[in-house]
Amino acid sequence: MTTGAALPHPLLAGVSTTPVRRRASGRGWQLVALIAALAALLPIAAVVYLSIAPSDGIWDHLWSTVLPRYIENTILLMLGVGLCSALLGFGSAWLIALYDFPGRRWLSWALLLPFAVPAYVIAYVYTDLLQYAGPIQLTLRDIFGWERASDYWFPHIRSLGGAVIMFALVLYPYVYLTCRTALLEQSDNLMLASRVLGAGPARIFFRILLPICRPALAVGLSLVLMETLNDYGTVSYFAVQTLTAGLYDTWLNMGSLSGAAQIAVTMVGFALLLMFLERISRKSRERYSSSNRQRAIQARSLTGWQAWLATLACLLPITLGFLVPCAVLLDYAITYFDVSWNSRFFTYAGNSLFLSGMCALVLIVVGTVLSYSIRIQPSRLNRVLARLSCVGYAMPGAVLALGVIVPFAATDNWIDARMESWTGEGTGLLLSGTAFAIIFAYCTRFATISIGSIESGMQRITPSMDQAATMLGSSPLNTLRRIHLPLLRPSLLTAALIIFVDCMKELPATLILRPFNFETLATFVYQYASDEQLAQSALAALCIVLAGLLPLLLLNRASMQQHND
Amino acid sequence: MTLNFSQRCTPAAGTRRLVAKTLAALTLATGVTSPALAADEVNIYSYRQPFLIQPMLDQFTKDTGIKTNIVFAQDGVAERLKREGKNSPADLVLTVDIARLQELVDAGLTQPVDSDVLEENIPAQYRGGNDEWFGLTLRTRNIYASKERVEDTDLSYEDLAKPEWKGKICARSGKHPYNIALIASMIAHHGEEETETWLKGVKNNLAQKPQGGDRDQIRAVAEGVCDLAIGNSYYYGAMVADPEQRGFAEKVNVVFPNQGDRGAHVNVSGVVLTKSAPNKAEAVKLMEFLTSEEAQEMYANMNVEFPVNKAVEGSGLLKEWAGFKADKLPLDEISKHREAAVKLVDKVDFDS
Repeated sequence: MTTGAALPHPLLAGVSTTPVRRRASGRGWQLVALIAALAALLPIAAVVYLSIAPSDGIWDHLWSTVLPRYIENTILLMLGVGLCSALLGFGSAWLIALYDFPGRRWLSWALLLPFAVPAYVIAYVYTDLLQYAGPIQLTLRDIFGWERASDYWFPHIRSLGGAVIMFALVLYPYVYLTCRTALLEQSDNLMLASRVLGAGPARIFFRILLPICRPALAVGLSLVLMETLNDYGTVSYFAVQTLTAGLYDTWLNMGSLSGAAQIAVTMVGFALLLMFLERISRKSRERYSSSNRQRAIQARSLTGWQAWLATLACLLPITLGFLVPCAVLLDYAITYFDVSWNSRFFTYAGNSLFLSGMCALVLIVVGTVLSYSIRIQPSRLNRVLARLSCVGYAMPGAVLALGVIVPFAATDNWIDARMESWTGEGTGLLLSGTAFAIIFAYCTRFATISIGSIESGMQRITPSMDQAATMLGSSPLNTLRRIHLPLLRPSLLTAALIIFVDCMKELPATLILRPFNFETLATFVYQYASDEQLAQSALAALCIVLAGLLPLLLLNRASMQQHND
Repeated sequence: MTLNFSQRCTPAAGTRRLVAKTLAALTLATGVTSPALAADEVNIYSYRQPFLIQPMLDQFTKDTGIKTNIVFAQDGVAERLKREGKNSPADLVLTVDIARLQELVDAGLTQPVDSDVLEENIPAQYRGGNDEWFGLTLRTRNIYASKERVEDTDLSYEDLAKPEWKGKICARSGKHPYNIALIASMIAHHGEEETETWLKGVKNNLAQKPQGGDRDQIRAVAEGVCDLAIGNSYYYGAMVADPEQRGFAEKVNVVFPNQGDRGAHVNVSGVVLTKSAPNKAEAVKLMEFLTSEEAQEMYANMNVEFPVNKAVEGSGLLKEWAGFKADKLPLDEISKHREAAVKLVDKVDFDS
């Protein structure tokens, strides 16, 4: 970085409401950010490339038969999951950040637990419990003497409603985490001022907290929605036909990869539209938290029935999203221990940890560079690139993996051909089918988490900090290191945590891209789950949950400590 | 991976060496690399779960000293193979359904194998026309019938559309490859129009929206959600073998449909040799081993799948089921109608 950055005009520091521009020193940042964004865009571009081919009238067939219903189901599913997880996530974050009640301390981390449970696992577990031939209905029939399904009413677990609940139960922690971070970063002065001005709790909630948390809520919700959009395992198990179902059908049953890629691109368009609408509606309301945070937000004590209600409200998602599935898995694991135990378990766990750790690390760096370069050198180009590099998450993982295979294999074969004509000896495939390819796929898939989380963290840092630092002659790198990074620590940790756990659970891309004889915990579980025998691999499924717990608790502790200092 | 550097010590050679070294280092740096293309290995891309075939592969390694490497994936194997092109490390692809075999052949990713052993072990019906794909095990599409509520088990696929079964039939998604193959075989026998009427009839008879897997269908019949269901026989075998699930299986009969006329629909799990196979000789050896009596015996006993090798009879349930009549329709014929079958499922809205 160039030293001696040009000082901004002194007057500018006082009036500017947009982040500071520094022409000379921003160039390097912009270049690095550009390269990172282009790398993240590569697989998406490859899928767009695949989609540019005639699809043999498949769209006509789809439109005239099932597509309208797929779209309807997709929209209903996303609305349902969005609402439920906002309710669970924001509600619990609000209680934990603002109030004190019995068990608050451990509830604040326990609320993250359901996040470690993969969606297809919880779907399987609840189906087993609640279906007609499951233990709960069997018991009910025994007790009440019902004989057939028509004798009583019981909700169908394998339905749109069931899918909404399953997704919400394991995805709400996205919203909880991002909103809790946002709330904890607020100053208590805001609350005090509101109260002094006569605002009641409801008014504070709707007029102060909700608007303040809006960027965080949007980030959390967009993750929830994209994850819902790209899921295949759960919806196909529940026989809920969404766009993803149509995509897989077109690809695997009708043999039209281009048609499938076109659906994938449509899904990405869908995600872009959502993001765009959210940005537009937020544009005029940018807020920065005050720079003097002498007082972190103080929790008010609840008493009596209110306190217990708060405890119960937090316990509900933990019980349904974590305790119940774990108990069932544990039961399976004990029953099928002989089949389930495998001496290579630790290798699988090691592989999972390695991939997830690497990806979290890379993405934290990339996310910071990208959002910082947007801050110091805001240009249309890097904003657009950053947005675009986020949409990979809306694609089903298998399609994104194809987007990695295409450019990687092409590059490998190109190098091989060059080397062969040059030295007489080919190099074979260098990157295809390696752990590198998997990490690359993870990074493009989860880039949105780091960019979203870090950017919303940056937005809460007032630009006057940057301006002051620049006036004092600090270089952008130095400012980042000494001002932004310390202030961003909770956001960085949040991002690392989410990415890590998501990578632990990632399945479709890992399956296709992996090298020979390479198992992670998730692929090991899938072997059995795909043969309708999840119970036989319950031990490994439990391990995914447990392995996700450790970093979850560590990072959570670090992020809470920040606020308790 | 060995790189043969140019011997002359020209500056250009130095650069080449540097490039080659960098590339080699890069490969190493990625941690886990593609396996070195050394001899005495076979590399497998598999649609089948490794735990189902590992015992056979282990036995092969024990017998021959040839190591096997495997990647299991359910979607995108064909695409990966295609993109990797002539440098792909894969020798064999194992699949569970005729459609996947045909897809690989159609994409030009396979090569024919000329082997007397394979020809002898596998009946012509279960080999590709050009010897480009080979069946390893057979899987019948059966009707599961409640022991308690269904007395006459002389059933045909056509019967499933009869009004007497209204509200009494269960099925998994019509889009599942096993169901698609069954529907394609119906099209091959009856034509598209008649099959559409039939499929509509089946749909009207469903007790619930198509859902779950084959085991779930057995459970549903056992618990009285429906009287009949469609599923593969080996899932029944697997449930009988599992003490936790045996209770469900015991309430259900496995019916082999259409024994009075053309016979039950049969699908295959199979194998192809890739066009780019770097270890061709070893790969063919493994193919031959998998069709040998030794391996076929293992398939039959562990997975309750019907052996493709007629010399192997199997034991237990397989013995009980042996002698059923199988549809003689060539599998190539079935894969021809696959797309039409998929579109029919959409058209009659089977899955909604």
